[in-house]
Amino acid sequence: MAEGTTWTTYDANKMASKEIYGKVLAELGEKNDKIVGVTADLAKSTNIGNFGDKFPDRIFNVGIAEQNLFGVAAGLAKTGLIPFASTFAIFACLRGGEQVRTDIAYQNLPVKIIATHGGLSFGTAGTTHHCTEDYAIMRAIPNMTVVIPADGFETAKAVRACIDIPGPFYMRVGRGFEPPMHDNEDFEFTVGKAITIHEGSDLTIITCGTPTLQAREAAKDLEAEGISVRVLNMHTLKPIDKDAIMQAVMDTRRILTVEEHNVIGGLGDAVAAVIAESGKGCAFTKLGINDEFSVIGYPEDLYARYKLDATGIAETVKELLGKEIEADEDWTDED
Amino acid sequence: MPKNVSVQELKGKAKELRLNIVKTANFAGSGHLGGSLSCADILAALYFKYLNVDSKDPDKFERDRFILSKGHCALAYVPCLAMAGFVPMESLETFNHYESPYGMHPDSKKVRGCDASTGSLGHGLPMGVGMALGLRYQKVNDAKVVVLMGDGEQNEGSVWEAAMAAAHYKLKNLIAIVDRNKLMIDGPTEEVMSIEPIDKKYEAFGFKVIVCNGNDMASLDKALAEAWANTEDKPVAIIAKTEKGYGVKRFQGKVPWHYGAMNSDLFKEAVADIEAMD
Repeated sequence: MAEGTTWTTYDANKMASKEIYGKVLAELGEKNDKIVGVTADLAKSTNIGNFGDKFPDRIFNVGIAEQNLFGVAAGLAKTGLIPFASTFAIFACLRGGEQVRTDIAYQNLPVKIIATHGGLSFGTAGTTHHCTEDYAIMRAIPNMTVVIPADGFETAKAVRACIDIPGPFYMRVGRGFEPPMHDNEDFEFTVGKAITIHEGSDLTIITCGTPTLQAREAAKDLEAEGISVRVLNMHTLKPIDKDAIMQAVMDTRRILTVEEHNVIGGLGDAVAAVIAESGKGCAFTKLGINDEFSVIGYPEDLYARYKLDATGIAETVKELLGKEIEADEDWTDED
Repeated sequence: MPKNVSVQELKGKAKELRLNIVKTANFAGSGHLGGSLSCADILAALYFKYLNVDSKDPDKFERDRFILSKGHCALAYVPCLAMAGFVPMESLETFNHYESPYGMHPDSKKVRGCDASTGSLGHGLPMGVGMALGLRYQKVNDAKVVVLMGDGEQNEGSVWEAAMAAAHYKLKNLIAIVDRNKLMIDGPTEEVMSIEPIDKKYEAFGFKVIVCNGNDMASLDKALAEAWANTEDKPVAIIAKTEKGYGVKRFQGKVPWHYGAMNSDLFKEAVADIEAMD
């Protein structure tokens, strides 16, 4: 494991997703007076407070009322504004989920939902505050774009990019203790286009969000053992980058999806559907929360338990490499 | 500013709307007759006197906004929009039909002049709060946001989340109207889930409350005038006491006529009842 990737020792102020979100939003707010913020007593926790400190007349705190949060956001958007609505992921997808679907997505309104504390990142807060269902819910809602940045740099880029997306947008980030994966903002980030963060030819890991860094670390460790792993950072879950998936299938014939989400309905299923519809076969494994409620614990312990850390990912890669697949050496003639 | 329209003229519009409701229910095959008839006077007063909306320019930024939070009464709302010139009268014949822009609940992307898609109860007031905040932030100070809710709808918790926010943000440009027709699908509101004292509840939440007879145009007109003239730093709630199915004797106050279909004899009877109204 590379130094600096342990969750508890990382200095959150460096470039954590949640931190950067508020800063970038405040910066965007200077240029665009249509941007407003809405939150449900979590202005501080979700860091939208940075925006609110700068523009006190442009942030609306509705109190602990998530149904109202998204209804109000829809109403604000109806008057031509671009509302950023922030709360914890679990409340965005379930407590206010119908408002997200019916008030925001059905009316195709440009509400930007910034869901923090996603996945297992709220560790000791326990299962009530974990969220391993949001990918499934949000990707099943028409008009919705779903982005899960890997770190603060991607979050910054996603926040800037979502302004130009005309419809609703859902972005899931962690609690703000995530270490950065990129060194700076000097990389290409296009919504809907996966980023290859590690090249390889034996197998491809397709992942998003906080496990992305861990997948890259696993690929580095495996490289030392002579195993060549490609890592695709599928930061946009919807619309998914089908070309990158199929290229990986063609090139490596083995696909491992890694997600901080239930293995039902999330990234793994989205990737599996693309492959199944293509008619091409490959060895395939989904790594994630295996349809169970996550336990209480520090995030790093939970990531280890559910094999979402570099060690667990590397182990799963080896298992998948041992899986037999029907060889078909000449796929290129099938189109 | 409300237009200069007499109570008598508004009564005529309400009567015409009731006829269009039963006709549209006939085109549709069935519909939410009870709640549509109970709120016909409210819609007529809003669209033909109070709301600053223009069928030639339905998206005009400075306009008043209207949300039919009791979305199942699109059967009254869409005919009202047709009478006000937003959609063609003859298009009502497609109501509920395959790929029609009009179904049981209104779709703001398909119904010209409709400010919000509704149907799931308890969604209108939150959206209304958002609109009122958005208009105020953008310095559109003269526009009102009017939300028409059902009385059974008051059971939804989101109504009270929004009510709390409306008062907290002192949204004096927001007018919430409750169509107090006293019945819901399973029976009388006070038997299924009592909402009384509903006026006191809104008052306690920080609203200026006006109670009126929502099927008596003079009483309703007075209440709306008072709401429009509100200068207090608080939202307004109008409790409009109505009768479900009002205008058709067989439907009036009858729980089963929340939703139903009419055969040709019943349709004629309904038309005759409405035509006999003064």
